[in-house]
Amino acid sequence: MTAPLVDIRAVSHRFGQLAVLKDVSLRIEPGSYTILLGPSGSGKTTLLSILGGFVTPSEGKVFIRGEDCTAVPPARRPTTTVFQDYALFPHMSVGGNVGFGLRMQGVDGATRAAKAREALALVGLASAFDKKPHQLSGGQRQRVALARALVIEPAVLLLDEPLGALDLKLRRQMQDELKAIQKRVGTAFVHVTHDQEEAMALADHCVVMNDGRIEDEGPPERVYARPATRFSATFMGESTILAGKVTEAKDRTSTVTTPAGPVLVRGALPVGSAVALAIRPEHLMLGGTAGTASLGMAKVSDVVFQGSFKRVLAVSVEDASLQFIAKLPASATVQPGDTVAVSCDTDQIIVLAD
Amino acid sequence: MRQVVRVVSWLYALAVYGFIFVPVVVLVLFSLQATSFPIPPFTGPSLRWYEAVLSDVRLTSALVNSLLVASISSATAVTLGFLSAWGFARFVLPGSGLLRGLITLPLTVSYLIIGMGLLVLFNWAGLPKSLLAAGIGHVVINLPLCFAIIYSQMGDHQINIERAARDLGAPEWKVLLLITVPVMAPAIFAGFFLSMTFSWDEFVISFLLTRFDTTLPVEIWNLLRSGLNPKTNAVGSLVFAVSIVLVVLFELTLLRRRKT
Repeated sequence: MTAPLVDIRAVSHRFGQLAVLKDVSLRIEPGSYTILLGPSGSGKTTLLSILGGFVTPSEGKVFIRGEDCTAVPPARRPTTTVFQDYALFPHMSVGGNVGFGLRMQGVDGATRAAKAREALALVGLASAFDKKPHQLSGGQRQRVALARALVIEPAVLLLDEPLGALDLKLRRQMQDELKAIQKRVGTAFVHVTHDQEEAMALADHCVVMNDGRIEDEGPPERVYARPATRFSATFMGESTILAGKVTEAKDRTSTVTTPAGPVLVRGALPVGSAVALAIRPEHLMLGGTAGTASLGMAKVSDVVFQGSFKRVLAVSVEDASLQFIAKLPASATVQPGDTVAVSCDTDQIIVLAD
Repeated sequence: MRQVVRVVSWLYALAVYGFIFVPVVVLVLFSLQATSFPIPPFTGPSLRWYEAVLSDVRLTSALVNSLLVASISSATAVTLGFLSAWGFARFVLPGSGLLRGLITLPLTVSYLIIGMGLLVLFNWAGLPKSLLAAGIGHVVINLPLCFAIIYSQMGDHQINIERAARDLGAPEWKVLLLITVPVMAPAIFAGFFLSMTFSWDEFVISFLLTRFDTTLPVEIWNLLRSGLNPKTNAVGSLVFAVSIVLVVLFELTLLRRRKT
């Protein structure tokens, strides 16, 4: 087995009294696209700063290519960062910006210009070489920042909410381009975001963070379909959560008593343990077609038309604190005020230890 | 009624500007006097007093001295001011607020006090009265000014720019020289030109700290002791012209900064 490109071992960090990272360990494979996903204050940006060398962790070690880089300054570690505000040098041309890293390495002017042009072509900005940063749009500056960071061929490229400052349309477009560029250069990317759609679209490896800890990590498909914790079930996409208690267990199935009634789930669970059942919005069925697991009756409180689907909120008749979130086809005829039967397929219920 | 208010407010504005500028206008006007006394009636225009100034070795050498002291002391003040502003803006220092207050404190102390303090200090340290001593005095009064101007322009958005440079492999001195100084150039030039202006027509400190070689304001004062004549007007007008050039340069650099 090859050593991971980046190995973060038991890293903790405190800002004064505030613990922002609590015993975080993470491995990053060569050529992978890793997304650190979490709400603000989850520690994801601090983790990125530790990777980039801007912050030295209070405890733990960071190995890059097998070398202990924990206290190595940013200038001397094989990482480069694309900053959220791009941090382009305003007094230099785009070419000067992109060539800066090579200039620091003592590369001669001609080679520098050639490589900078190459990097700019890679991000689709070959014609901007002689422009100044203030003549470019937000999306173009973003690309320059990317080219500037890539041209010195780092082992790991760090991106701090790189799409945060762009409007939605541009964000989705840059998202596709980021992925394509990453595939082309083969550099490992570590990308921080709070946008779960961005995470699902880009990641090979998705790391869900909350309150200084890693809640869940893995391929985004797995994290979405089988979230490890209640937090990742609600942060990585929406879920309806039913809290319950295991009251009966057989060979292959268990019965969980929930506010919406008893629900049969897959797997033998210890009787008496508290669990949470998570159901994705697209798996909930309202009214007509009944699934294999009944979840009682609910009163529809809100229907939001979203174009390709309808997002429906419904409150359980059995327990008013239980809210169902469902995604129905655009052709669904439910109206606010309707009382409907709620169900889903047993296979689609995600059981989370509570 | 509205008409009256208009007229009155125009008159008021005129009076205010007159109050400020009439002395200067009179000074410049009578520097062009053809006869020997700078009093009405105006007999010029004539450039004979300007010729007299420029052929007076004491005045011209004082002028050169003034320019030397102003440029060298301003360059020193702006360099030190920039470095301290950078230090305060980028590093967490114990008692940072207090230290920042202390560095700008000389702005509020009168030049007379600073001059006397330096006089006593230099006496004790064995540094004779000289242009160097006056230059040091000018650094003392202009450093806080340069610090305040540059510090106020050091925003947080530049922190990431400096970080990016470090991240791309720049050692600290290259970050300063290739990134921070060019990015801060407008504030640095503004500080430099304003220091030049203040040093150029500073009298008290120069008077206290120089002896044989002296600066232009001190030389003018010597000239005035023998009474008013159009020659003093001419040299005063020259001083004023240089000040205007410096102030315009200062305004231009600040203005350019605001546009970007």
